[in-house]
Amino acid sequence: MTTPPRSSNPQLNAHGELQHLLTIEGLSAEMLTRILDTAVPFSGVAEREVKKVPLLRGKSVFNLFFENSTRTRTTFEIAAKRLSADVINLNINTSSASKGETLLDTADNLAAMQADMFVVRHASSGAPYLIAQHLRATGRDHIHVVNAGDGRHAHPTQGLLDMYTIRHYKKDLTQLTVAVVGDVLHSRVARSQIHALTTLGVPEVRVIAPKTLLPSGVERMGVRVFNDMREGLRGVDVVMMLRLQNERMQGALLPSPQEYFKSYGLTQEKLALAKPDAIVLHPGPMNRGVEIESAVADGKQAVILPQVTFGIAVRMAVMAMLAGH
Amino acid sequence: MSFSDADTSVPHGLPPTADDLCAALAELMRPHIDPAHTALVGIHTGGVWVAHRLAAALGLKTPCGAIDVSFYRDDYSQRGLHANAHGKKVSQIPFDVDNAHIVIVDDVLYTGRTIRAATNELFDYGRPGRVDLAVLVDRGGRELPIAATYCPHRLSLPATQVLALEHAADGQLSFRLIDK
Repeated sequence: MTTPPRSSNPQLNAHGELQHLLTIEGLSAEMLTRILDTAVPFSGVAEREVKKVPLLRGKSVFNLFFENSTRTRTTFEIAAKRLSADVINLNINTSSASKGETLLDTADNLAAMQADMFVVRHASSGAPYLIAQHLRATGRDHIHVVNAGDGRHAHPTQGLLDMYTIRHYKKDLTQLTVAVVGDVLHSRVARSQIHALTTLGVPEVRVIAPKTLLPSGVERMGVRVFNDMREGLRGVDVVMMLRLQNERMQGALLPSPQEYFKSYGLTQEKLALAKPDAIVLHPGPMNRGVEIESAVADGKQAVILPQVTFGIAVRMAVMAMLAGH
Repeated sequence: MSFSDADTSVPHGLPPTADDLCAALAELMRPHIDPAHTALVGIHTGGVWVAHRLAAALGLKTPCGAIDVSFYRDDYSQRGLHANAHGKKVSQIPFDVDNAHIVIVDDVLYTGRTIRAATNELFDYGRPGRVDLAVLVDRGGRELPIAATYCPHRLSLPATQVLALEHAADGQLSFRLIDK
């Protein structure tokens, strides 16, 4: 792998190694594959009597959650603890005033407490990048930043754990047709998934959504767009459902959840159009009866709970790779 | 306790081959192990190859375990995680560690740090009754108070050289001396 100049990717250090994980966009297929490969042995740690390895012993990991999230925070916490790190959870409710200033002040204060890693979840796109940039500008490059979801921008560990899940069940990604279904407009998960899928050489990535829930220019990300769910699901190997993000919606993008379910909810009847061995992913939390029918969510083709388990191994791999440099 | 008889088990004048050393190591161990109860744990990757040879030669009933010490190394912060496992789960202990008699198997004993890491990892699977160490070659250069229980060959190599066990496509094991 060639080393790109530092300015080209703020996530990499001068040796081309992962310094921060902010977004999947711009990371090479080799780097993504290396993260997934590293996660495989970590998945074995949970099967042992002592579910801990000493890699991050003595390191302090701060979970900075400016936006609520139980699952992501918990899996990051478990991952850090299984690496023997000390974990400090901070749930910080953003005040409306002077967000940027508060964010960097918070980072400075925690850095003064000898933090080794920040896991950042923020409602504003770019917040983790801002912290990473600030740390670099102030000569504190030894502190690593992991983006645990920022605004509508990116959720890289979710994208990676989805790739891990697909690879686990389908082995070869370069033969697959994958559909991403639902609220792409508000979804950082969708953006990270699409970047990961196209980078790893998935030949056909489809996006299925109503026009009102698609960002303009989504075709430029290398996807085929379908507004008709039945048409889009035909013959796919993997169905990646997205959560309908009611809390991010402003204005009348949808007639009603019931209407949405009728057109874009994944039912057994619609899933039957995909390949018989197709798998169904969902990043959670699920809106049953809105984007996914319970019979599908609890059915044989769903791999939604394995996604959660794999997520811990993937987050362990990311934190171990960052702290190892 | 240490069992070593390089002079009697290997013909004089010729450097011993890896096959000779595997056979000699098995004979050193034979009087001290119980095929029904002793279990071997090979250290990834060379130690795993040797462990399988020994288990066959000694007729052990318990399947061999394997340990990848990458997650336990003390130089992790300097070296980072290497593409160690190539996407595979390497550490696997297919037997109950509690109270077991376990022999950790490696190809070359050098600083002792790998053995320290492997012993630590083993204890995360349970509390063994007893742990021994078997290696093909002790090359000197110890940095920790660790000694092999069974070792058929001793060398004194400078730090500028690496002694590596290699595995050919036909299953043949051979040593290679590499200048760093």
